[in-house]
Amino acid sequence: MKKISFTLNGELRQVDVAPNEILLEVLRYKMGVKSPKCGCDTGDCGACTVILNGKAVRSCLIFAIEINGQEILTLEGLSKDGLTPLQKALMDRNAFQCGYCAPGMILSVTCLISGNPHPSEEEIKESIAGNLCRCTGYQPVIDAIRQITKKQ
Amino acid sequence: MAIPFEFAYEKPATIADALHLLDKWGSNARILAGGTDLANELKQGFRVPELLVDIKGLNALEKIKVLDDALHIGALATFDMVRNSQPVRDHVYILYEVAGLVASSGVRNRATVVGNICSAVACMDSAAPLLVHDAVVHTASLEGEREVPVQDWFVDNRKTLVGEKEMVSHVSIPLPKIKYAGAYQKMMRYTGEDLAAANVGVLLMEDGACRVAFGSVGPIPRRSPEIESFLEKNGVNARNIEQAKEMIGGIISPITDVRATREYRMHMTKVMFVRAMHAAVERLEKQKR
Repeated sequence: MKKISFTLNGELRQVDVAPNEILLEVLRYKMGVKSPKCGCDTGDCGACTVILNGKAVRSCLIFAIEINGQEILTLEGLSKDGLTPLQKALMDRNAFQCGYCAPGMILSVTCLISGNPHPSEEEIKESIAGNLCRCTGYQPVIDAIRQITKKQ
Repeated sequence: MAIPFEFAYEKPATIADALHLLDKWGSNARILAGGTDLANELKQGFRVPELLVDIKGLNALEKIKVLDDALHIGALATFDMVRNSQPVRDHVYILYEVAGLVASSGVRNRATVVGNICSAVACMDSAAPLLVHDAVVHTASLEGEREVPVQDWFVDNRKTLVGEKEMVSHVSIPLPKIKYAGAYQKMMRYTGEDLAAANVGVLLMEDGACRVAFGSVGPIPRRSPEIESFLEKNGVNARNIEQAKEMIGGIISPITDVRATREYRMHMTKVMFVRAMHAAVERLEKQKR
């Protein structure tokens, strides 16, 4: 076991981890952060997405020990002070059904629009191409993203 | 899924420290860069290292730069960095193209080009652009540095020429002094995750040189000297591209698996070859104007 410290949703946290522990599991079972989900466990589905140093990544493909000194943001941190405009737009459209993909989808899009506030249709689709959803057919999600990113 | 065995972890601060660890642990150590392949290999028990050497502290390996008429891609350069690198876009457009097609943005933010050619899974995206550009793989160990042409690098599916006590520091892509243009085609079911069921890379130069590489249609990606010399001898035009297409059946050896049948791969490789050639011809014409 090694003690690592990292910033989780704006707070400096410490936790003991073994080198073979995966970030997703440490977040869920040691840190109590339940928004990242385990879907495929191989990096394909995007349900485990977290933001690491400003970039959306797959927490199921990262060893927790790698995160020492880094910064992680999950949905819990993103909506600490209330829902973001993206989340509100998604809710207004009832854009999700079961919600399993929602945290990952929201973080991927948050990442996109933080560097690119007016993405093209193609960029929107590309940003969520790695977030699989089996309920919505994606259209209401894309519509919500378009609504908050279109030029006024 | 937890990884069902234990191992040690080191994050060296210098390349020398990393090489000392590799020298001591040899084949029991595995380099960790982006980890997107490695984490899966460990979960599946495909690799069982005793030590992971995390090289993300070696900031010098992050660089993408043009040096001595070659584009250098450091071992820590992610596909996202490659995709957003102006030198890559200016000089090796086909690699820019490829970087946008690898898995999803969430994987590209972590996965590296060098990691891709070190995992050396037959369907990797990076091989074709590196092969047609005659890239060179640079390795380092306590015994010194080596340069391996990427054409020799791949030995078998998931096997490369990297030595037990070696790591790859970077790849270099020589930049031709004459005009050139490449194109890449990837066969996949959908964007966002899919591995290539087959891929084709081509590079044309204004002096008539022609390079063609096929991936995911055999145990290792490979160039096709047969097609290259045919087109160099007879000229790159629509008729000869069609003729060259018919040679592909004797060159590649695709298999049937969960992603595609042998026949479909064969057919689509021919279609993609023609598409890639026409795209490269068009791009080269634009360059000349």
